[in-house]
Amino acid sequence: MKKIVKKHPLAIRWLHWINFPVLCVMVWSGLLIYWANDIYKIGFNNKTVLKFFPDSFYKALNIPFRLAEGMSLHFIFMWVFAINGCIYFLYLLFSKEYKLIFPNKKVLKESWQVILHDLHIKRGLPPQIKYNAAQRLAYTGVIILGFGMIATGLAIYKPTQLYWLCAMLGGYEWARIEHFSITILFTLFFAVHIIQVIIAGWNNFRSMITGFEVLPDDALKAGISNEQLTQNTDTIITNH
Amino acid sequence: MPSSEKIVSQSYIRNKTIFAFIIFILFIAGCIAGWKWLQKQPTDQGALKPLRAGLNYNEKIFSNIFSNNHLVKTYPVSQAVPKVRVNGDVGMGNNFDTATWKLQVIKKTGDTLFISMAQIKALPKTDLVFDFKCIEGWSQVTHWAGVKFSDFVKHFGLDEDVKMNYTGLETPDDEYYVGIDNKSMMHPQTILCYEMNGAPLPMNQGYPLRLIIPVKYGIKHLKRIGTIYFSNTRPKDYWYERGYDYYSGL
Repeated sequence: MKKIVKKHPLAIRWLHWINFPVLCVMVWSGLLIYWANDIYKIGFNNKTVLKFFPDSFYKALNIPFRLAEGMSLHFIFMWVFAINGCIYFLYLLFSKEYKLIFPNKKVLKESWQVILHDLHIKRGLPPQIKYNAAQRLAYTGVIILGFGMIATGLAIYKPTQLYWLCAMLGGYEWARIEHFSITILFTLFFAVHIIQVIIAGWNNFRSMITGFEVLPDDALKAGISNEQLTQNTDTIITNH
Repeated sequence: MPSSEKIVSQSYIRNKTIFAFIIFILFIAGCIAGWKWLQKQPTDQGALKPLRAGLNYNEKIFSNIFSNNHLVKTYPVSQAVPKVRVNGDVGMGNNFDTATWKLQVIKKTGDTLFISMAQIKALPKTDLVFDFKCIEGWSQVTHWAGVKFSDFVKHFGLDEDVKMNYTGLETPDDEYYVGIDNKSMMHPQTILCYEMNGAPLPMNQGYPLRLIIPVKYGIKHLKRIGTIYFSNTRPKDYWYERGYDYYSGL
């Protein structure tokens, strides 16, 4: 016999996994569009440190001269991205699941403790429900990025009809820079997310598909409370 | 606090896991199959058919928020760039006879008007300094002047013609051509333009007369207008045929 605990509701799992391929298509078609005016770079004193993107990158992925294709994909899949994201957000609100994700009062102090713990400086974690404080900040942040993505995207798409939105975001060219920067942040989040999922292991990954997490055997024998359990098994529960 | 703990057997966990992963793998496979299906679809005017249908649907949605009261932001003349980018030369052939040029307007009735530059310049002149937006993603604050298309329509008695859905424009050699919905054509900032930076249009900017339509991407700003006509169905459009959105509205 084993003890299992429900972790991710069915709706969250579907919305999460639908978002994954859709976001891939959005980033891909965004690259096809961006190539046609690829002017962004990071540098100082006229020295370019990082060019978005090097020619070898475009060549390897066969990106050049596909602007029309990129636009047609981007402006269809944007609907799926936006609608899926809005349903997700509404679900969080109405199911009260947001209480497990949005930062609470203790979040700043606790996320510091989580970081010290993850860096092996300090042992033990503050008691938590589902997500630790650092996760709350990361996941809430990525929801805000999602809204930012829609807002900056609409501002570039209809700068005249939605002139107030475009003006609010600093004008057409700023909106494009913001849209691009949010994409970079999204892909960075994605990279960290993947690493954390790999570190957290099978039981955690499976829970995003089955919905439940299997608790270790001592939980069953000792019959200890859920709260103590999440503390003791922090490597399973806390890591994303 | 998720209080929903259960004590279950190993086989329960195994079966639940297998079931969920089968659904998951079917979902991922469905996504890949859907993507492959999409890539294999025939094209409609250079865009994959389902995507073309989607673009046309977007036009229906976003033309609803179009309004003549939504004006493109204008700038002081001092902010206009002196060197205006030239991005296309289709329809700018060399054997163009500037001396004999007249604007041809084919009316709904079939009659053709031949309008001289002098007649156009006699109409009220409108200056416009705005952020010209190319579909490639760049933009430039540029200074143009000409006659408002809506003034032109009123003066030459084309009110009935612009009640049709579209206006078509072509270069004299018919190499470049665009079609534009008449709501956008009648926008107060749409001009038949004959000046750039206070001087007559350069040859490569469409001398003697071009379209400036700030509510559209640059691809619709046809240079060197030869013929204007009206239609209820979409007039042919150069970049539409090459996979771009017909509406291309901003």
